[in-house]
Amino acid sequence: MKRSNEPIFWSLFGAGGMLAALIGPALVFITGIAVPFGFVFSPDTMSYAHMLAFSQSWAGKVFVLAVIALFLWHAAHRIHILLHDFGVHAVTAVRVLCYGGAFAGTVIAAYTLLMIKA
Amino acid sequence: MAENEKIIEIEVLRYRPEQDKEPVLQTYKVPFTDDMSVLQGLQYIKDYLDGTVSFRWSCRMAICGSCGMMIDGKPKLSCKTFLRDYYPGGLRVEALAHLPIERDLVVDATDFVTKLESIKPYIIPKEPRALEQGEYLQTPQQRDMYEQFSSCINCMLCYAACPQYGLNPKFTGPGILALMHRYNADSRDGGQAERNELGYADEGYWGCTAVGYCSEVCPKGVDPANAINQNKMNSAINYFTRFVTPGGAGK
Ligand code: SF4
Ligand code: FES
Repeated sequence: MKRSNEPIFWSLFGAGGMLAALIGPALVFITGIAVPFGFVFSPDTMSYAHMLAFSQSWAGKVFVLAVIALFLWHAAHRIHILLHDFGVHAVTAVRVLCYGGAFAGTVIAAYTLLMIKA
Repeated sequence: MAENEKIIEIEVLRYRPEQDKEPVLQTYKVPFTDDMSVLQGLQYIKDYLDGTVSFRWSCRMAICGSCGMMIDGKPKLSCKTFLRDYYPGGLRVEALAHLPIERDLVVDATDFVTKLESIKPYIIPKEPRALEQGEYLQTPQQRDMYEQFSSCINCMLCYAACPQYGLNPKFTGPGILALMHRYNADSRDGGQAERNELGYADEGYWGCTAVGYCSEVCPKGVDPANAINQNKMNSAINYFTRFVTPGGAGK
């Protein structure tokens, strides 16, 4: 029997799921409700200047990358499995689309973050 | 039969290879009382209405695992399911889904049995042990690690429930993976490495997409989905640490 390579995708899926469960709702609340409506946070919390400063620090870069990349890998794996369960078996095409998309998103996010100079 | 007997319609999926090109439904009107199981309904049909209907059964008490069938589309033990719960409507009984029909409600269990044998469903001692060394001791905590998984009666209901097994019969499937875990998780056992060669493959734990219907239909409270999930974690840890742990590389 050949050892499966699924652990790679499953681990990214698991990490993304964990992160989403831990901070997903809080992020939606902060970025989608609290900041725009100006409660708890001031409305300019997410202004360009603030966000630029945030992503100039290494901690900020890592945070943004983790949120974007792991969420993408989580979604990619979920969609892949869902399609499989619903009987879409163009396995290679589905894999390339799902995981390729997540990979591309990760690379673009990482590149963009690296390009933001202090 | 008592005065107040009721009549229920049972639709049976028939398949007689010598005369049917494909399975066909046949309806029987069966008098029943509230204490009668679906299996007893079928036995009534066989004894009084149509002796040609074939189905498996033995214990009549949810222990032997031979009477599994689809009852109104759900995998159930027919001895543990009651006619009264379908009255005044009728019910339809069919052979277990995903398994080849041998005749009427009898399915071919060859695939299941072959897979069951392949996982070495017995304790493989860590090292040879002499009689003088006495019995193996196990704490209640150690026993709790595998006990629920040892309740499996090989009824195959979870195979009829599992969409992955339906799509790809190469997948080892819920019940047998749960049994694999039952032995791997036993403190007396040392066969993990041998068994996990299959467990860590696509045909093993990784064939599961965490649907969880297996655990819902199990008549014995086994939770195959949980056994598989625990082992996905073990398999992933092993995948990433195999080159740094002694003896972890395997194949
Ligand atoms: S795990 Fe449950 S449903 Fe599956 S074969 Fe065993 S007893 Fe039957
Ligand atoms: S007859 Fe034995 S489990 Fe139903």
